[in-house]
Amino acid sequence: MSSKPIVQDGVSSQSPTAQALRAVSDTHEAVSNASQLKRILSDVLGLDPEDAQALTPESGLFGHLPELDSMAVAGLLTEIEDRFDIVIEDDEVDGEMLETFGGLLAFIDAKTEQA
Amino acid sequence: MNITSWSPTSTGAKRAREEMLVAFDQVRPIRVLVLPALFDEANKLRRFTLSVMRALSDAGIDAALPDLPGMNESLVPLTQQTLARWREHAEAVAEHFQATHALTFRGAALFAPDTLPGWRYAPVDGAKLLATLLRARVLEAREAGREESRKTLLEMGRSEGLILGGWPLGAQLVHELGGATPTHGPDHETLEPSDFGASGLWLRAEPSDDVDQAKALAERIVQSVHQSDETAL
Repeated sequence: MSSKPIVQDGVSSQSPTAQALRAVSDTHEAVSNASQLKRILSDVLGLDPEDAQALTPESGLFGHLPELDSMAVAGLLTEIEDRFDIVIEDDEVDGEMLETFGGLLAFIDAKTEQA
Repeated sequence: MNITSWSPTSTGAKRAREEMLVAFDQVRPIRVLVLPALFDEANKLRRFTLSVMRALSDAGIDAALPDLPGMNESLVPLTQQTLARWREHAEAVAEHFQATHALTFRGAALFAPDTLPGWRYAPVDGAKLLATLLRARVLEAREAGREESRKTLLEMGRSEGLILGGWPLGAQLVHELGGATPTHGPDHETLEPSDFGASGLWLRAEPSDDVDQAKALAERIVQSVHQSDETAL
């Protein structure tokens, strides 16, 4: 799977990126999960709100951003557990789930539906 | 800002090594002992912690940030440290600095002296700190093609100690962290980054600073000191 860098310069709210993001944000729950996850990633990566808005399902995370090392990912997962009130087991964490924003969001969507 | 030292004189130690003390000390009436976050979070919050101290000093409050044995530049092995020992050291350095208050960052709330009034910035349970460190180690191992589990690692850590995120933790510390919760009394106020419309820098992948949040935090501390002065009168 190819992944674009997480921060895309010059992406406006009317861009195809934003539209694509709205398309994956069909349900109310998905909207709030996506925006909450963006907030957490902003905190981890130190992104401006505009940069966080530019995240797309294909935006690359673990393995694509050198600063996102195992310690940062561990902190990210703990924060996700806290803010979404879910428990993430060791064996649920894999490359696919962590590789992109979309992968991580799909995992959280599935988890919060179970809860 | 001055860089000085203090000498922990813990029970049983033959000769205490000096530890670093970063101080904004103009012998003013309000003297805040600042206790730093633990492990990886200490690095992430170091600059922010100093920014808060600088803002406090600008507002007329003295502040001192000690290295406790096993932390930061200390030459004492971390493996020998326990939360109970850090509490003793924190009490000793509070006396050395003649602190009137204590401000703790994150995990420092686990060993702060109960006797000093003050503030707990984003206090965290020991179990949560430990879980994140264990998870980082599992992820690291997986990248290297090894499978480890948090459960097995925790058992190992409790019996013989464990290196987590580069920090060699003794068995006693691992054991204590598992059940430690922040100390909190009536004289302690909890402050969170969200109180200042900001986010916690310990989450950042790379160390950072937030001068605006540091100033807002210092301002809140100044207000709180003035309020308690008025109550005392």
